[in-house]
Amino acid sequence: MRSTVPLLVKLLAIAGFGILYIPVMMMMIYSFNRGKLVSVWAGFSTKWYKELWYDDVLLTALYKSLLIGFSSATISTIFGLLIAIAFVRFAHFRGRLFLSLVASAPLVMPEAVTGLSMLLLFIAMEASFGWPSGRGVDTIMIAHATFGMCFAAVVIQTRLRDMDKSLEEAARDLGGRQPFVFLSIILPLILPSIIAAWLLSFTLSFDDLVIASFVSGPGSSTLPIVIFSKIRLGVSPEINAIATLMILTISALVMIGSFLVLRRDGKK
Amino acid sequence: MTPFIRIQNISKKFGKLLAVDDVSFNLERGELFSLLGPSGCGKTTLLRMLAGFEKPSEGYIEIDGQDMANVDPADRPVNIMFQSYALFPHMSVSNNIAYGLKRASLPSDEIKARVEELLRLVHLSGMGARKPSTLSGGQRQRVALARALARRPKLLLLDEPLAALDKKLRSETQFELVNIQEQLGTTFIVVTHDQEEAMTLSTRIGVMDNGKLVQTGTPNEIYEKPETRFVADFVGDISFLEATVIQRAGKYWLMKAATLIHATGSSTLTSGMKVSLAIRPEKITLTSQPTGQLNEFPVEIEDWAFYGAGTQYKVIGPDGIKLKVYQSHNQPSQANPRQLETGFVHFSPDATFILEG
Repeated sequence: MRSTVPLLVKLLAIAGFGILYIPVMMMMIYSFNRGKLVSVWAGFSTKWYKELWYDDVLLTALYKSLLIGFSSATISTIFGLLIAIAFVRFAHFRGRLFLSLVASAPLVMPEAVTGLSMLLLFIAMEASFGWPSGRGVDTIMIAHATFGMCFAAVVIQTRLRDMDKSLEEAARDLGGRQPFVFLSIILPLILPSIIAAWLLSFTLSFDDLVIASFVSGPGSSTLPIVIFSKIRLGVSPEINAIATLMILTISALVMIGSFLVLRRDGKK
Repeated sequence: MTPFIRIQNISKKFGKLLAVDDVSFNLERGELFSLLGPSGCGKTTLLRMLAGFEKPSEGYIEIDGQDMANVDPADRPVNIMFQSYALFPHMSVSNNIAYGLKRASLPSDEIKARVEELLRLVHLSGMGARKPSTLSGGQRQRVALARALARRPKLLLLDEPLAALDKKLRSETQFELVNIQEQLGTTFIVVTHDQEEAMTLSTRIGVMDNGKLVQTGTPNEIYEKPETRFVADFVGDISFLEATVIQRAGKYWLMKAATLIHATGSSTLTSGMKVSLAIRPEKITLTSQPTGQLNEFPVEIEDWAFYGAGTQYKVIGPDGIKLKVYQSHNQPSQANPRQLETGFVHFSPDATFILEG
């Protein structure tokens, strides 16, 4: 079937996607530049990717980012799931409105504010009972879990709300008890949203520069922090190379996430 | 002997709203009872109280001599078939049916045999491995039925069991449901807003209005001897004539409703009393010429609708009284009644009933 989209709409669409993706493509192309200057093409080479492999600072940062991403995404998803269940399954409870405000505030809060307030909290905690001692991987993890949790709650809540409540009642009617009903019926049905929530939290954590800068300490620099400090010393195609790898990883995760969500929707 | 299922003075309040208002009725083992009423009349709430999902505000429920007050839904000898069927979409048909059996921790070969038996019962043998999403509406309905029957409940509750099916499938499924019920002897309570469904399915019907159970009886009793205007109006088609009692005339009462009408009525009627006279459309005969029968008067035909097996007319009699008339097409050589613009109607005094007030 031939599409009947007007030409103007097509051009606008192409222009829009162009503005979004041409810079990214440029960056990816220049990561294969042989020369040291980012803006002058000097032939194809993969040497920056090789150099990346021997750059201990970057690799350590990558490892830390992954570690923080995995653990904070897991914590976010667990707490997000609990918040979502509280909202969807219990229509009335004391402090419901308060919790809903508190749970959605970090979604709209400027990151610098979140980061600064986290930093102040950690300092106050250390002063009063000695934990966490200094800033490091654990403080970044806690900070990321805190705001990732809100996103996870939103994602899971949507799916949970769409679920036919009589499924749970049918399971109870057939002799099922909690927590078995939850594990055998609800969890499998909302699993795609749980995975999507995890991937989203992971991506947010892996990308985050602002909050991490506030709550990181010596020796706990994440990948975005290292990249940002490298850029201040002058951009090298090595940055392009690592950025290309990050973009590929994150787009893969986002695509898996949306695929899981779409597949569920398609079934209904 | 105590009845098999006893529902005694059950009420349910949601905040200030009285959803179910002092309902009592008993069921014998093996009955197919329908709760019939318009949406929002409390019938689903009553069903949910029987299943244990809602706690009655007052009254008690007893099943086979056992008080249900503090029994969890999981432990009640009651299963429910939901209006949406509520099939578990991530499980195969067999696993859906086996869900309740596994909770009862039966040995696995016994579960397997029972699932096979149920699949045969609902004519779905060989479909056990399919996912519910690959089944048609009628097949899903049968899986839901099999799943609800799996634990051999003493009482099966069906919430609008046929509402999601198209008309043709509905009538087939209706007979199938009655068949299965008779075969197993399980007591069924069906909730429905469809009076035709209630009529064809049940051994007894309870009509609900506004949280109250207004009348219980066999389908025949509900149709032919409605006790209130609401029941008469809700179940089947009916016309009402406002009439004043004049006097006793032999075995009938003579009354005036624009024209003189003979009607049956109890001996409690007195002269000058105002009553509602009710008559079903199919009890009225429409003719082109007067026949000289009792209760005959001329009418103008306002509107008609062809139903295939019959035609429904709206006619206006003397003084603007309105009647619905249904003529079945059972005579091969009947003059085409559609041509009529005026005519005569008559009906037997025995076909009328009186709703006082």
